[in-house]
Amino acid sequence: MKKILTLSLVMFLGAPGLAQSAGGGVHLEEANIDLTDQASLQRGAEYFFDYCIGCHSLQYDRYATIAKGLGLSEEQVTEQFIHTRTEKGEPSAVGSLIEIAMRPEDAEQWFAQPAPDLTLTSRQRGADWIYSMLQGFYLDEGTTFGVNNRVFPDMGMPHVLWELQGWQENVGEEGHVELELKEEGRMSPEEFDDVVRDITAFMVYMGEPIQLERERIGVWVLGFLVIFTFLAYLLKKEYWRDVH
Amino acid sequence: MRAILDWIDARYPLTKVWNEHLAEYYTPKNMNFWYYFGSLSFLVLAIQIVSGIFLTMFYKPDAELAFASVEYIMRDVQWGWLIRYMHAVGASAFFIVVYLHMYRGLLYGSYKRPRELIWITGVLIYLVLMTESFAGYMLPWGQMSYWGAQVIVNLFSTFPVIGPDLVTWIRGDFLVSDATLTRFYALHVVALPLVLVGLSFVHVVALHAVGSNNPDGVETKYFTDENGRPLDSIPFHPYYTVKDMVGFGVFAIIFFGIVFFAPEAGGYFLEKNNFEIADPLTTPELIHPVWYFGAFYSMLRVIPDPLLGVLVMFAAPMVLLFLPWIDRNPILSVRYRSPIHKFNLVTFGVVFLVLTYLGLQHITTLNQEIALRLTLVYYLFFFVLWFHSKPRSDAFSWGWFLAIVAAYSYYDFTRIAADGDRVTIMTWWLVPTLYLGICLLLPLFSQLNEEKPVPARVTS
Amino acid sequence: MSYEDVNQNRRRFLVAATSVVGGAGVAAVAYPYLASLSPSARAQAAGAPVEVDVSGIEPGQLVQVEWRGKPVWVTYRTEEMLELLPKNRERLVDPDSEVASQQPDYCANPTRSRRPELSVLIGICTHLGCTPSYRPEVAPEDLGETWNGGYFCACHGSKFDLAGRVWRNMPAPTNLVIPRHMYKSDNLLVIGEDEEGVAA
Repeated sequence: MKKILTLSLVMFLGAPGLAQSAGGGVHLEEANIDLTDQASLQRGAEYFFDYCIGCHSLQYDRYATIAKGLGLSEEQVTEQFIHTRTEKGEPSAVGSLIEIAMRPEDAEQWFAQPAPDLTLTSRQRGADWIYSMLQGFYLDEGTTFGVNNRVFPDMGMPHVLWELQGWQENVGEEGHVELELKEEGRMSPEEFDDVVRDITAFMVYMGEPIQLERERIGVWVLGFLVIFTFLAYLLKKEYWRDVH
Repeated sequence: MRAILDWIDARYPLTKVWNEHLAEYYTPKNMNFWYYFGSLSFLVLAIQIVSGIFLTMFYKPDAELAFASVEYIMRDVQWGWLIRYMHAVGASAFFIVVYLHMYRGLLYGSYKRPRELIWITGVLIYLVLMTESFAGYMLPWGQMSYWGAQVIVNLFSTFPVIGPDLVTWIRGDFLVSDATLTRFYALHVVALPLVLVGLSFVHVVALHAVGSNNPDGVETKYFTDENGRPLDSIPFHPYYTVKDMVGFGVFAIIFFGIVFFAPEAGGYFLEKNNFEIADPLTTPELIHPVWYFGAFYSMLRVIPDPLLGVLVMFAAPMVLLFLPWIDRNPILSVRYRSPIHKFNLVTFGVVFLVLTYLGLQHITTLNQEIALRLTLVYYLFFFVLWFHSKPRSDAFSWGWFLAIVAAYSYYDFTRIAADGDRVTIMTWWLVPTLYLGICLLLPLFSQLNEEKPVPARVTS
Repeated sequence: MSYEDVNQNRRRFLVAATSVVGGAGVAAVAYPYLASLSPSARAQAAGAPVEVDVSGIEPGQLVQVEWRGKPVWVTYRTEEMLELLPKNRERLVDPDSEVASQQPDYCANPTRSRRPELSVLIGICTHLGCTPSYRPEVAPEDLGETWNGGYFCACHGSKFDLAGRVWRNMPAPTNLVIPRHMYKSDNLLVIGEDEEGVAA
């Protein structure tokens, strides 16, 4: 028993060195998002609710938060985004959490495990990761869904945006992933780029909805503190004239 | 007003306390930059207590609810994000000011007679603070909370005989679970803060009993003018109260700068993987503690034997308790100590910083080798402090130098014999050897060991 | 230490200025902390306006719905009930709904309602917060001959008529509260929201 515990301890301590892992070492492209661009956030939300919400929830926040940050009215949000229904069959209230309509049992049956919640993905992995990951699907016959991902190998998720992007192929040498468009989708690569950027922007917003306001307030707080510190400094100078 | 004050003073020593500890509490007039961090520690303590109390009103100490309740604070509670960021940034700020405060003590010999008890209570505060922050870090119940707790609690499994049972007892379960979370919550919000506040009070009482040290390390209370008024010291209030206000202002600018513009501090104050809910079945790619434990974590990782590693790690902060009896040199302030001593202190600071950095990195052969050597230097620092307590003879210096170098060189031979990387080991062998050479042998060939005469009174 | 050439005015000014700015700073920090104690987005979502379909309420029937954790009564008063209302006049403390805090302006009328037959009331006695019971019958044995139907609070015996108006000499000081409400369509009543927006 003691040996097992000791061994597990050594493994925990040693694990960081062994795990050369998802995300680590993969080149990420810059997302270049602009959170002040509400049109981009709105498009991002639309794509998110068209393609992602089927499996992925944003369950730590509410529809009302979408209205607030994207400059939409509650009616618009109800109409466009609220896909869950109350027991009476009416759309959920704007104050309700953004959950998925899929039942967990179904998710388990279809995907082996329920898809993770995405509220905090941008804070955990960063905008560049999301942007690169959404661009990084390629055909790979060895996997369940026939696709793999450059940024997140073997993640077990289908390429949901294939209609838009088309299909990419890995043309890299052994062990090295290099992608090339094999079959075009509905969009040009530039158009698809914008779609992914908009989705990323929306997810970054949902990761911390307060972030823009936080910085706006911060400017005032720091300005105030500079004034206070300057006054305190004058006061200190004045009193310390007594001390020689 | 006067009448009310008289009424109170007849029943409670209000004016007396005010005078003894502020208005007529005489403090050396030459305290410098390093002396801001004591009052700043109290400011941060206040921030942590107030923000902490508000967080307990919204947080749910339940493995099922904890993670979501933190996001509830961040999103649903009005201004909850500000309170949470202040508490999280405050935790790191606490360690920054405390580390600087402790380094001040090292610089000016504030642990020496008659201030041994101030130092010891201070080290105890530091130890409790580490426990407090460790318990607090578990509460958000993210991946780093969970696995950090897992690893640290498992440290106790290395103890002979009782280890495994001890760990199960600490967790209250066979894995880190809801039972562990709730007891750490109790420790974090009730038990340890009480101890922390109590120790801080004792710390200040001890300080006010003997008075503050100063950058010259000389007594100030003996020098008075013909009227009995102190010449080298000034009343704490108003002089140091207004000075500390400036310190508070500068601190607040930095503190709120981080809170409002970089609350994660690049993943150091709020770790990225802690934005994922705890999952007992998946270990994150890189587990490491928050930055303020980095140095000690480095030490743990470089010692190949688990029990020995744990002991080396726990002993590292504990050694500080004995500092007043390790450094027997009668001179307090670094200003009048030898250049070698200055070198020793700076090296210690740098070593601690590098160990902290290494503790947060992936393990590589090179990182491990550097960390191993620096762990040795960390401990040798205390030996060198003792060694410099008084002038040492040639034979004494050579004897210790050769004995210590021989000891770790022997260990290095066994490592090379066991297929270690010969070049790396031999290169980094130079670090402790050079360090010891400078500290023990250089004085034999130079004037670098010379101390300066300590003035009778403060110099500025 | 020396106290020559101390400019007391400058000193006083700086002490005052630093104290005022510092005090403002402390107040500015206190504000978000105190504000955090007011209802969160979750509480506000849970307290959102409630919709009631009134088409199914029978004449004389009381339907209770929950709004912000409080019972709200929607009562369909019959012609006879409405005719009896003016007869209570001299027994009432505030027959004309003059205490403005107890109802929105649009309900300060003889029936205390937007539609004469439909009464919307918060079912909490204005004395100590008990829930009165609905007693629509006229002159029952226990309440006496003067009872023209209304609400009776068994806790301390307060009596209210069918418009929620309190009788004189009762423990309850004021009429029952009418929440802000409106009719979105013929049959759809919304409680907690009116033309001016959502209730605070």
